[in-house]
Amino acid sequence: MPADWDIWAVSDWVTKPGEWRNEVMEEGPEELSTGSRKRERKKRRQARETGFKCSALLCSEPRPRCCRWYHIVAMVVYAVLILNKAGGLIFQRDFNPGLQKLTSNDYLILAGTFHGVHAITSQISPTNETGASGLEVLESENFVMRCFQTLTGTKFLVFAEPRQPNLDVVVRRVYELYSDYVMKNPFYQIEMPIRSEGFERHLSAYIKPHQ
Amino acid sequence: MSSTSRARLGEEVWKTRTDKINAELVTLTYGSVVAQLCKDLDGDYAEVNKQLDKMGYNIGLRLIEDFLAKSNMQQKCANFRDTADVISKVGFKMFLNITPTIANWSSDSKQFSLMFDENPLADFVELPDDGKAQAELWYSNMLCGVIRGALEMVQMQVDAHFVNDVLRGHDTTEMRISLVRYIDDEMPADDE
Repeated sequence: MPADWDIWAVSDWVTKPGEWRNEVMEEGPEELSTGSRKRERKKRRQARETGFKCSALLCSEPRPRCCRWYHIVAMVVYAVLILNKAGGLIFQRDFNPGLQKLTSNDYLILAGTFHGVHAITSQISPTNETGASGLEVLESENFVMRCFQTLTGTKFLVFAEPRQPNLDVVVRRVYELYSDYVMKNPFYQIEMPIRSEGFERHLSAYIKPHQ
Repeated sequence: MSSTSRARLGEEVWKTRTDKINAELVTLTYGSVVAQLCKDLDGDYAEVNKQLDKMGYNIGLRLIEDFLAKSNMQQKCANFRDTADVISKVGFKMFLNITPTIANWSSDSKQFSLMFDENPLADFVELPDDGKAQAELWYSNMLCGVIRGALEMVQMQVDAHFVNDVLRGHDTTEMRISLVRYIDDEMPADDE
């Protein structure tokens, strides 16, 4: 049973992303095992107690009192970029149309510029806590960019549609995939551009179904 | 994060987020690596130690990402004592399902020992009886390299080496880890 079961099961009944949809079957689809039906019921009970969050994965929308409603989110991730600790671009992939196509040289400049800006923002924090994390979210009218810097200095940038909820979850998952399929490949040289079929396959498999 | 919550985190990651393989496969694979090295290097055990450390170092450089991604650690350790705690309770727990005890802190809090009550790499092992191995070979030396490599990626230069090993007839297996320095990879000072 995939962990993101909700969105799979429910997306069959959805015509337009973003709309509220009454779940057709009280107990979930017939072919579900008793165990997962139990889990479903438990999830709903929890939802009732904790304040009616949409139970679709990657969605934090509040939802109407009836716990049988799901809010369907279309997850549109435009692109994923990975920067090594020196600010060099080691991975860039577009997943959905929506961003301007840049030349590979421009992508390198973009990465380098962002690296610099990130370094500056982590130095001039308005609060006086030490070890400020630097720029994390960049929002504009047409996209939102989420940056996640690991403790080793690698940066993951995810570009997505505006108002996309829970991008931090997405970006962490990308990090997990990276640690599995890139770092564990013995022939990958650290800090060098990523050319890994396995990584790309798993990355698209993760990002595409959420649409 | 307190020490107990780290222990819980290690437990949780081990139980829910780690793919597991047969422990004997690990033991035997590691054993073959060491045995082959001893053979290839003609019983030059100092060189074997060095090679094992190097292999471990290369593993550590990569393993740290897996560690950070799975354990969801986002905060830097406040001090070296925290680091030691995380290595033992989360790091070793999630990769080897052991929790070495931390002991023998130096007064400046820059050196400590990891005491291995159990060592999955060394099950079934008896060092060769050639008069040299007992005195020169650190069988699990790869672990030192792993720790050195992993910590280097999170801006800590350390020195790690075994000082005792039950395989050599000592009472305990003890690894000594000392912090050399924190690596500051900030911009150079004149970078205006």
